Amino acid sequence: MSASHTDHSAVLRTEQVTKIYRSGEVAVHALRGVDFTLRPHEVVALLGASGSGKSTLLNILGGLDRPTSGHVHFRDEDLTGLDDDDLTEFRRAHVGFVFQFYNLVPSLTARENVALVTEVADDPMRPEEALEQVGLSARLDHFPSELSGGEQQRVSIARAIAKRPEILLCDEPTGALDSKTGIAVLEALIEVNRNLGTATALITHNVEIRRIADRVVYMADGRITHEERNAARVAPAEVSW
Amino acid sequence: MRMLDRKLLRDLRHIWVQCFAISLVLGCGIMVLILSSGTQRSLEATRTAYYEHNRFADVFASLTRAPRSLLPEIARIDGVARTEGRVVFTAMIDLEHKPEPASALVISLPPGGEPVLNVPLVRQGRMPRPDHLDEVAVSEAFAEANGLRPGDRFQAVLNGQMRPLAIAGVVISPEYIYTVGSGAMEPDDENFGILWMNERAAASAMDLSGAFNDLTLTLAHGADERAVIAEVDRILAPYGGTGAYGRDRQPSNVFIEGELKQLGTMAAVLPPIFLVVSSVLVNMVLGRLVALDRGQIGLFKALGYRNRSIALHYSKMTVAIGIAGVLLGWAVGWWLGHGLTEIYTRYFRFPSLFYRPGTAPIAISGVLGMTAAVLGGLRAVRAATRLAPAVAMSPAAPPVYRRGLLDRLGGLLGLRQTTMMILRSLVRWPGRAAVTLFGVGGSVAVLVASFFTFDAVDLIIEELFERANLQDATITLAGPVNASAELDARALPGVLSAEGLYAAPVRLVNGTRSRLVSVQARSPDARLSRLLDAEGGTVRIGETGLALTEGLAEALAVRPGETLRVDLLSAPRGSWEMPVSAVIRQSLGQGAYMNRDAFFRLIGQAPQVNMIHLAIDRNDLGALQARVQETPAIARFTLWSDIRRQFEDTLDESLVTMTVIFAALGMLITIGVVYNAARIQLAERAYELASLRVLGFRRREVSYVLVAEQMLLTLVAVPVGWLVGYGFCTLMADGFSTEVVTIPVVVTRRTYAVAALIVILTALASTLVVGRRLDRIDIVSALKQKE
Ligand SMILES: Nc1ncnc2c1ncn2[C@@H]1O[C@H](COP(=O)(O)OP(=O)(O)OP(=O)(O)O)[C@@H](O)[C@H]1O
Ligand SMILES: [Mg+2]
Repeated sequence: MSASHTDHSAVLRTEQVTKIYRSGEVAVHALRGVDFTLRPHEVVALLGASGSGKSTLLNILGGLDRPTSGHVHFRDEDLTGLDDDDLTEFRRAHVGFVFQFYNLVPSLTARENVALVTEVADDPMRPEEALEQVGLSARLDHFPSELSGGEQQRVSIARAIAKRPEILLCDEPTGALDSKTGIAVLEALIEVNRNLGTATALITHNVEIRRIADRVVYMADGRITHEERNAARVAPAEVSW
Repeated sequence: MRMLDRKLLRDLRHIWVQCFAISLVLGCGIMVLILSSGTQRSLEATRTAYYEHNRFADVFASLTRAPRSLLPEIARIDGVARTEGRVVFTAMIDLEHKPEPASALVISLPPGGEPVLNVPLVRQGRMPRPDHLDEVAVSEAFAEANGLRPGDRFQAVLNGQMRPLAIAGVVISPEYIYTVGSGAMEPDDENFGILWMNERAAASAMDLSGAFNDLTLTLAHGADERAVIAEVDRILAPYGGTGAYGRDRQPSNVFIEGELKQLGTMAAVLPPIFLVVSSVLVNMVLGRLVALDRGQIGLFKALGYRNRSIALHYSKMTVAIGIAGVLLGWAVGWWLGHGLTEIYTRYFRFPSLFYRPGTAPIAISGVLGMTAAVLGGLRAVRAATRLAPAVAMSPAAPPVYRRGLLDRLGGLLGLRQTTMMILRSLVRWPGRAAVTLFGVGGSVAVLVASFFTFDAVDLIIEELFERANLQDATITLAGPVNASAELDARALPGVLSAEGLYAAPVRLVNGTRSRLVSVQARSPDARLSRLLDAEGGTVRIGETGLALTEGLAEALAVRPGETLRVDLLSAPRGSWEMPVSAVIRQSLGQGAYMNRDAFFRLIGQAPQVNMIHLAIDRNDLGALQARVQETPAIARFTLWSDIRRQFEDTLDESLVTMTVIFAALGMLITIGVVYNAARIQLAERAYELASLRVLGFRRREVSYVLVAEQMLLTLVAVPVGWLVGYGFCTLMADGFSTEVVTIPVVVTRRTYAVAALIVILTALASTLVVGRRLDRIDIVSALKQKE
């Protein structure tokens, strides 16, 4: 793992990141020294028990949260020293998020939810194009309440990829979906990774899904326990659960 | 359109009623501001133009008699621009259709025709021709009240002689915008008017040929009014001058100033309440929206939206509320202001309608309105920008309820669980409860303050007509006569008792403060007209000293025991130092009172009277009036029932209108606050309330949770509102009081009760409207959607 310290091809790289939540007298050590690297073009799956710190790590990677100690590098830039406004600029320019519970704006249609991002991005796709990539061309003007869970999640993927981000961070994107819908969503993700070369980190509880990744990182109790490399990525359609 | 703006519009569509309610409250504040200060400015401009155009004088003086040759000397006083000497006197007028005589103030017109100062404006017909001695112009109010037109003729008693007169024209004058006869409280246009007559006719009637008994003058730019007045007084003293005074003591002008001041008070007291309430409401509604949007705000941040854009997004909502409120307030205020200005213009008979609210009130109210809205939203907007994105997107922690006193209390009292839900919610969100308390309390306060005017007027009427003035009629004599006239008056038909008194012009001086008033020398045993103390009891006038009305004592800054200099301005003239013996309560008018014997001993004359109060048998009124008309010594005969009717009529109209408007405004606050509080309550607890329905609670039991909480707060707010309302009453009484009108601070139980009742019913209606939404809630969907 010490190799990752000097890995300058990495898009994102953490060094001994810790995160301690304090609520009252109890301190929760959510991360206890994590060294993690995300390289261009690759898909990394994050696995681990509930409470092992996956979401915390992902939030810190995406600049939604700050580590208690340690460093996060985006290419050669240290994110740790940035203030809120600079972190906002970082997310705005480079990161796409997909959340477990979709987090769509209920008062905006599918197209508008995507436009929410494209209108603040530098070189975005058209919202229709992004939605087409996730197979939702027929649902452009539906409000979230008129879409199924899988469709909502695909809108949120379209929203994440529409700005052609270098980094895509997905927190249990299929967690709330049945297997068939989940596969459709994963296919959309892989498709984007292939077309745009987006470095993708994907949290999942589903051990099967790890097979679609280039690399699998296992977490437990705030630490990375081990990682493995898949010889070949399996297409989502071949995965089943 | 930007997506955030689209979201904004759709959010607004959801809560537009709430936002509109806030805009209404805000608009009320703006409206009152525009209405009152716009009308005030318009009337001020109208009056100023009228005064200037018709050359309203700056200084006024009356005297017994001085030769016209004195006028050049007065004109030479440093600072005097133009002067005019006139003959002015009171005449009785006999109109064919009226049983009782009217009285009129006769003012002479110079031989050339057009006066130099206080130029009347002809509304119908023309001014009297210089060579037509029987022609007069009459004031428009009097002409209208009595149906007089140019060409009409009537008889007048001038200095005891019957003279036929012909009306040449109907006019208005800047000097008599507001005409009140001596002894009257309110204008009585039917019984009192102004006549303009050629000087030759007027002077010969009064034996004042080549002389004048009234002086008016204008000041040069930058002249020292006090110095001029002092000099005029010095010159006129040998000629019976009763003291010159400026516009600040000219009755018509003083009255108009008072009206303008009241409009100013309205502009100062009411709008702040509405602005603060709407600001608080914005805070409440936007705070709620931000809490609701928590996850979305986190998302925006995750997507890379800057804090600035998010702050702007939520501020736009407050700006929208502000703009709606301001525009609404401007429009309605402008429109009502135009109406009010029109009413005043007609009431004052200003020559032209001149509606110029001016840009200042519009700009100021706009800025204030937007500030109130934006400031109100500031806390919520700041909360939105402070949200950390990672925290925002994880679901909000369930509200922390704590066990405490409340639970033990609830257990002890055996309260139902639904009641406990209400109490917990109050304790959990004390800020929201406080907002409702504050708003509903403010509402009660506004209502108390508006109904208070009835209480004050009732008290004034009661004191005036049932405690201070028990006489049925008052005779004003043409001049002072021996006190035995009291006995003659008693012999008139239908007169049960008579009380004579002597009124004389005086100047009261305390250091640099001085006032021209009339002092009444009266018998300590007077039973018809009485003096009242602060508690409303009768004051017996003491052997020594001077009793002053409250307003006068305040204006002169004297208290009982302190001394004043009294300059008697009628024969035999002279100055005395005199202690103030008592301060008496008198809501209308100011005056000084003295023991009759003491007064005449002081000036070294035999007791005289120039006014006689009568108690009469109304059955003989006709005979009495006939006798009065034949008696030249009587200048004026006033029936107190007429005064009272006139007084009540004038007050009723304006008072009822004002009160209805204010009551409506007060109710609006309650609607705005309670509706919003209940909506938020409903939205926040929809899940909880739907769960109750799932558990088998009936609709009514569930509504109870919602309605009872608001009503509980309303009930608590009522006494708070009473207290604050009393404070407003004090402010209003202060603002509406002038030197000559003292508004008493009395609030009756009726006022408190009616204010509370109206607010409680309004609050109930407002929550019930929201409660109806509860019926429409789809239980299943409310349970599914966690927010
Ligand atoms: N805001 C917070 N305050 C306190 N503790 C927190 C907070 N967020 C996370 N934690 C704690 O940090 C630890 C790691 O949480 P995290 O959300 O990263 O786990 P996770 O691996 O994503 O779990 P899951 O698979 O259930 O989503 C947990 O023990 C959690 O309770
Ligand atoms: Mg997680």
